[in-house]
Amino acid sequence: MGDNKINYSRRSFLKSTALAGGGLMISFNWLSEFGQDDKIKMFDLPEQWHELNGYIKITPDNVIKILNPNPEFGQNVMTSLPMIVAEELDAEWQKVVVEMGPHDTVKLGPQFTGGSNSVKMYWKPLREAGAAARQMLKEAAAQTWSVPVEEITTKGAVLFHAKTNRAGTYGEFASKASGIPIPKEVKLKDVKNFNVVRNSKKNVEGLKIITGKPLFGMDYNQEGMLIAMIEHPPAFGMKLKSFDASQTLQMPGVKDVFTLKLYEDGFEQGGFDTRTFNDLLVVVGNNTWEVMNARKKLKATWEPAGVMKETVAGRSGKKEVIIPGELESTGAQFAKMQEYAKQPAEQLRKDGDPETAFKNAAQVIERTYNAPFLAHNCMEPMNFFAHVTDEKALVAGPLQAPGWSEPTLAKLLNLPADKIEIQMTRMGGGFGRRAYGHYLYEAALISKKVKAPVKLIYTREDDMSYGIYRPMYTATYRAALDSNKKLIAFHVKGGGIPEHPIHANRFPAGAVDNYLAEGWQIPSNITIGAFRAPRSNFNAAAEQSFLDELAEAMGKDPIDFRLELLKRAKENPVGKNNDYDADRYAGVLQLVREKSGWNKPENKKYSRGVAAYFCHNSYAAHVVDMIMTNGQPYVERVFSAIDCGIVVNPDAATNMVQGAVVDGIGNAFYGGLTHKNGAVEQNNFHRYKIIRMHEAPKKIEVHFVQNDIDPTGLGEPPFPPVFGAVANALYKAAGKRLYQQPYGPQLNTRRAF
Amino acid sequence: MLTLNINKKSYTVDVDPDMPLLWVLRDKLGLVGTKYGCGMAQCGACAVHLNGEAVRSCVTKVSRAVGQQVVTIEGLSEAGDHPLQKAWIELDVPQCGYCQSGQIMSAAVLLRENSNPTDQDIDAAMAGNICRCGTYLRIRSAIHLAAEMQRKKG
Repeated sequence: MGDNKINYSRRSFLKSTALAGGGLMISFNWLSEFGQDDKIKMFDLPEQWHELNGYIKITPDNVIKILNPNPEFGQNVMTSLPMIVAEELDAEWQKVVVEMGPHDTVKLGPQFTGGSNSVKMYWKPLREAGAAARQMLKEAAAQTWSVPVEEITTKGAVLFHAKTNRAGTYGEFASKASGIPIPKEVKLKDVKNFNVVRNSKKNVEGLKIITGKPLFGMDYNQEGMLIAMIEHPPAFGMKLKSFDASQTLQMPGVKDVFTLKLYEDGFEQGGFDTRTFNDLLVVVGNNTWEVMNARKKLKATWEPAGVMKETVAGRSGKKEVIIPGELESTGAQFAKMQEYAKQPAEQLRKDGDPETAFKNAAQVIERTYNAPFLAHNCMEPMNFFAHVTDEKALVAGPLQAPGWSEPTLAKLLNLPADKIEIQMTRMGGGFGRRAYGHYLYEAALISKKVKAPVKLIYTREDDMSYGIYRPMYTATYRAALDSNKKLIAFHVKGGGIPEHPIHANRFPAGAVDNYLAEGWQIPSNITIGAFRAPRSNFNAAAEQSFLDELAEAMGKDPIDFRLELLKRAKENPVGKNNDYDADRYAGVLQLVREKSGWNKPENKKYSRGVAAYFCHNSYAAHVVDMIMTNGQPYVERVFSAIDCGIVVNPDAATNMVQGAVVDGIGNAFYGGLTHKNGAVEQNNFHRYKIIRMHEAPKKIEVHFVQNDIDPTGLGEPPFPPVFGAVANALYKAAGKRLYQQPYGPQLNTRRAF
Repeated sequence: MLTLNINKKSYTVDVDPDMPLLWVLRDKLGLVGTKYGCGMAQCGACAVHLNGEAVRSCVTKVSRAVGQQVVTIEGLSEAGDHPLQKAWIELDVPQCGYCQSGQIMSAAVLLRENSNPTDQDIDAAMAGNICRCGTYLRIRSAIHLAAEMQRKKG
């Protein structure tokens, strides 16, 4: 037994090195940056689990455990990624045990959740992992039974040799299989023969969620854990001047009050190290409510931070970024944007001769669209647990990309990465917000300072006013029509605080002879970050509304008009690098036209708006059916057509699209932050309106284009076109075009809360 | 010292009587199924039953719960088999899952009072529960399904 254990452990080590050398994970090409010394650790596995590779462990009793590599925030990768492994492994899905994997990018891949990438990037590697393990099990059986491996078949975690009428479970051969070299090549199943993938499977954590089991960062607990909160400045552009904690320290349960610097001067920030405030005023105590109360007794004074210089790591080395010091107000920001919109801007793309085309046009249509800052408002506010000592750190909580934050954390704590353990809890929403690890760093520095395990909690107010928002955007679209009402030129000039939204190579680039895209930005001390389909979440609204107006001016049906342009883009594309597949784009429009009964007389009672968009590698089109009740618009039903390639878990994917539609309607109608002298004017749900049950549609019918393209991503693509479809439906319902988001206030919509 | 009856069990806690029930549950008793979302009764994530009524535990002082019956998501059923929980699984409702305890607790009160709710009844009863992931349509369907299960049981 003892000998077996030693051998097994060494085998695991060897397997890890084989993986690091690229034996199995041939689809991951970043492995070269991890030296074998950095990441390999001896596994202290209980002897009954036999590990075939990073994702698969099997017991002698044939219990198969599959690890989910990617952090979960509601996109249900916890179910879909293990499904992919189980399929090629040929396990019985009902009996598979799924567990969240540890942070180990050598054995488990990139482990980041974002950009609608999880299924897309893990598709091939997980299939290979499952197939390789199956091959090793077959090899083990073949050796044991002394038969050719080609004659071994599998079904539901059992191996068969028909000729000699033998059978054995995976569990019986797991130990032997774990000692077999990982095959260099594996044969994958025909996608038409899947019996797990492409079949709807229930959320593996469903029962835990609905019985209130501890799952989220907020639920993480450890003996002796303290609670910490940060009293951030009341406005962007401000910093701490002085504080008096004398009353705070007398409050029950308070342990300490102190200041902490997040980054030292000149610290080189990575792309996801964005933070709003650097000087932290921290209160630490025994429990949440006591710390909340103690904070109220803090006497703090604040002063303008002035112009700041940040060092940011760029693609070509580090660069200095100047952050302005003004305390910004929305009205002034809006006025400044209108000024900038008139100035020359950076040319992002030009095809043909748009200047001449516009000069000679019979008709020029110009429209300007605007949208405010948006708060992510994940249902679970920012929080993180940390226990940091001089030797090591254990951190646990909601985080989209541990690998993106670990290098900075290691620097801040002055610990090597292999002494840092990052546990990924389930996240109560992400939407891009949790890719930015500032709250992880804050928790860790606080724990290090107080020499105790600490959970840092942001209240809803802290969370909503901290920043890392979706930027404030504007875009002016111009179209030139000739005397036959043919579209001869298209111009988009987009701007934003602090970034512009333009994707210059997206449709209708490629479909118009003369095309110009420009972008400009106004720097700000209001921090921003990725928000579900960055840039696209505004572009689709503006562009798809504009295309609707063009179609109307040309006397064309809006879907026909788009299909005409797509036909041109396919058959005789303009320019280079057109960032979409015209066929697939047209495909979702055709599908939504069919399924929504577009132009059918029985749907006349609805005010119908259509929009389509391509982003994050997938295509989405929606028809939004609106009715007016007592002068208020209501989206009663939506038809959605999606092309995301192979759909791993159809019902969960449908849930995702429905959620994106509801999210889009809510943000289009209500979402928006305003500022006054740097202070955000909405810091909880009584001021920042989130869509509720009675405002959600009665029906959202989702259709997926059936094809065998490798999965291309689904978290973000359905979201952007919802805004455009809503705007276009509103035009029909309310009789006016809306150019400023959120749309609700312009319609005298009764605010429910 | 305060004595509380939660999910038919007796607990004694040494807390300020003004501490909201939410934080007693989460920080003192380890019952973390009830969630914090806003702290001002706007989002519904903290919904629990106090003598059968849905209350927002984030603004309910624990003193109000002394001598009363509190039920949280953990105690809604013995084995996660309340009709709502069964319907939630049947229709695979949750996405991130953070709001779902509050949704179910609010829905449970609706179903106790109304065995055959219409869409409008559901919308009205559930208006206080935010779902950021947008699972409202499935929540609505699950409430209908649970109501049907309840009616069949008699």
